[in-house]
Amino acid sequence: MNRIPEFQNTKEWYLSSFRKFEEKLNGESKSFLHDLRKEALAQLAEVDFPTTRDEEWKYTSVSPILKQNFIPAFNIDKQNVTKEGIKKYFFSGFDFYTMTFINGIYSEELSDLQNLQKGVTVNSLSKLLRSNPKVISEQITKFVKTENAFNLLNRVYSTDGAVVIVPDGVIVEKPIQILFLNGHNDKLVLSIPHNLIVAGKNSQVSIITNYSALNSSVYFSNIITEVFAGESSIVDLYKIQNENDNSFHYEKVEAHQLKKSIFNHYNFTFGGEIVRNDINSTLDDENIETHYYGLYLGKGNQHIDNHTFVDHAKPNCMSNELYKGILDNKARGVFNGKIIVRKDAQKTNAYQQNKTVLLSKTAKINTKPQLEIFADDVKCTHGATVGHLDDTAYYYIRTRGIPAELAKSMLIRAFANDVVESVKIEPLRDQLNHMIFEHLHRVEIEND
Amino acid sequence: MLTIKNLHATIEGKEILKGIDLEIKAGEVHAIMGPNGSGKSTLANIVAGNEAYEVTKGEIIFEGKELLEMNPEDRAREGVFLAFQYPVEIPGVSNATFLKTAINEIKKYHNQAELTPKEFLSLMKEKSKILGMEEALISRSVNVGFSGGEKKRNEILQMLMLNPKLALLDETDSGLDIDALKIVSNGVNLFKAKDNAVLVVTHYQRLLNYIQPDFVHVLYNGRIIKSGGKELALELEDKGYDWIKPELVESETVYRS
Ligand SMILES: Nc1ncnc2c1ncn2[C@@H]1O[C@H](COP(=O)(O)OP(=O)(O)OP(=O)(O)O)[C@@H](O)[C@H]1O
Ligand SMILES: [Mg+2]
Repeated sequence: MNRIPEFQNTKEWYLSSFRKFEEKLNGESKSFLHDLRKEALAQLAEVDFPTTRDEEWKYTSVSPILKQNFIPAFNIDKQNVTKEGIKKYFFSGFDFYTMTFINGIYSEELSDLQNLQKGVTVNSLSKLLRSNPKVISEQITKFVKTENAFNLLNRVYSTDGAVVIVPDGVIVEKPIQILFLNGHNDKLVLSIPHNLIVAGKNSQVSIITNYSALNSSVYFSNIITEVFAGESSIVDLYKIQNENDNSFHYEKVEAHQLKKSIFNHYNFTFGGEIVRNDINSTLDDENIETHYYGLYLGKGNQHIDNHTFVDHAKPNCMSNELYKGILDNKARGVFNGKIIVRKDAQKTNAYQQNKTVLLSKTAKINTKPQLEIFADDVKCTHGATVGHLDDTAYYYIRTRGIPAELAKSMLIRAFANDVVESVKIEPLRDQLNHMIFEHLHRVEIEND
Repeated sequence: MLTIKNLHATIEGKEILKGIDLEIKAGEVHAIMGPNGSGKSTLANIVAGNEAYEVTKGEIIFEGKELLEMNPEDRAREGVFLAFQYPVEIPGVSNATFLKTAINEIKKYHNQAELTPKEFLSLMKEKSKILGMEEALISRSVNVGFSGGEKKRNEILQMLMLNPKLALLDETDSGLDIDALKIVSNGVNLFKAKDNAVLVVTHYQRLLNYIQPDFVHVLYNGRIIKSGGKELALELEDKGYDWIKPELVESETVYRS
């Protein structure tokens, strides 16, 4: 039977807009990146946007995203944003470098990279393409595996993104906070940063990606983030996604790790009408550690889908994954945790846990571990629970005179605690706790 | 202070309490003993307001008020306190936050001024000292990583902080070593006053050496089958429960005839 692509028109729109985009690119159209763009364009012509008939998208319908024709930010006028105006978006109480992207396009005026350590590159992709394209061409899309139409869409139209390159042996002293502010006054904007993080041998870096909305407009954030953790490096990548409730958010993280490296990914989801995260790590050498921490908070009609994939390709590695969700109202969650332990990957330790609390009768979660183990000497555990706030604890708290609503807040705090505690930056933990109560419209409790 | 009349209760359709009558007056200490599963915790939890149990008959009057019509938080604010047999862990909420919230909610209920952070801290220090608890425990999450004995101690700390009218202590002695038992009992004795009352649930006479009861009741299969003075506890320690049971059979026979 011939399948009729549902959203042929949307795809046509994206394919046909390319000429206009290319014209505006000017000189940049001669860069190596542009060749990759054209490659991606050709692929996009062949690939359909996913539907719920695709196993990987079974519970997530993207049709609301495809009903709109979004315009790449590069092709529309810039939003007026001031340094003063963006202050409130930053997580604070600690020292950090800042980069700011408006609809995925770098703003130098709104960034502060003063006193960056020597040799460390923190820059925008578009600037580096002009000044030092080699550093990018060596890494970007080097390990890209299968790409869906959204990834290709990013690759076709992305002109910018955050690039962090840490040389061998360097420990970046302060975290780099990257603010992605999205939304446009009168246009449906497509924000498509392509980020690249490269950590050299024995280096360390901590990066906070902070996705927020400029206004309540409808927009689509469609991000690719590539991470290369070199030998014995430690990379902490925080993602705090607080887009507006009308927006769509999709990110693909593709991490590639070398010997003895540690990659910690912290994924906090607050905003977005439809949210999808694809987080993939390839453990391509021995003694690697990968930690995934996730917390998703859904309310209203939010739909939050986390697909993680840990690929154990070599022996003696460990991965540990803890994803927790709190869903209220009619929110819907999806968790799919895939772990492959390949034939060579003996002595693998892989742990995975997904726990969800439903605060209402109409909230829902589909959770699925997906383990494929081809080695025989491995330790692999996984577990998924779905439940409600603990009745006994709820009763216990109230027997101390604490009102029901506050008791629930305490239980929400208690449930989210281990994920929040995994965050290494203490002031960030406090702000996350605050955001949890704010997002769920719950009475706040503040610890002394 | 507390009057329980003909209390019947079920859980998941199973009848656990089959007609309890109990009167506790201010200034008194009562002990409830009885074999496992006889309904001791059930009774204490029904007084505290656990909604898992269904009261099918009877009433509970506390300080002239119908307790069964109140939710657990209002009962606490009226002065009922239950030290749990199995205290609950609350990760991410510090002991200090928990107790300060509780105290101030109770104060609000009585239209009293809330404690200032300073007042709270000095109260907390004073009370934890009585129980020999380290100050570090104050900032730790409620019961998280506490040993069994520390959890029991923490229940008594909460009691001292909230200063209830009626304290129900459900097996607070189990899991305590001998020194801890003395410390905890001392805490309870310091709390004891003319205008409050204590009900201890225990399996062991040992505790009653430290906390001297005015009355001892034996709960057996959902009924109080014997009440007496503190010498009853000694007798139970000595002979177990078997010797009382016939009385029950007897009274049932009488009832039937
Ligand atoms: N949630 C429940 N579901 C079903 N049965 C229950 C539940 N809670 C208590 N019970 C039953 O009620 C009876 C009384 O239990 P309770 O905990 O009151 O006993 P207890 O006298 O405190 O015992 P122990 O000395 O062991 O603490 C027991 O048979 C118990 O199995
Ligand atoms: Mg009991």
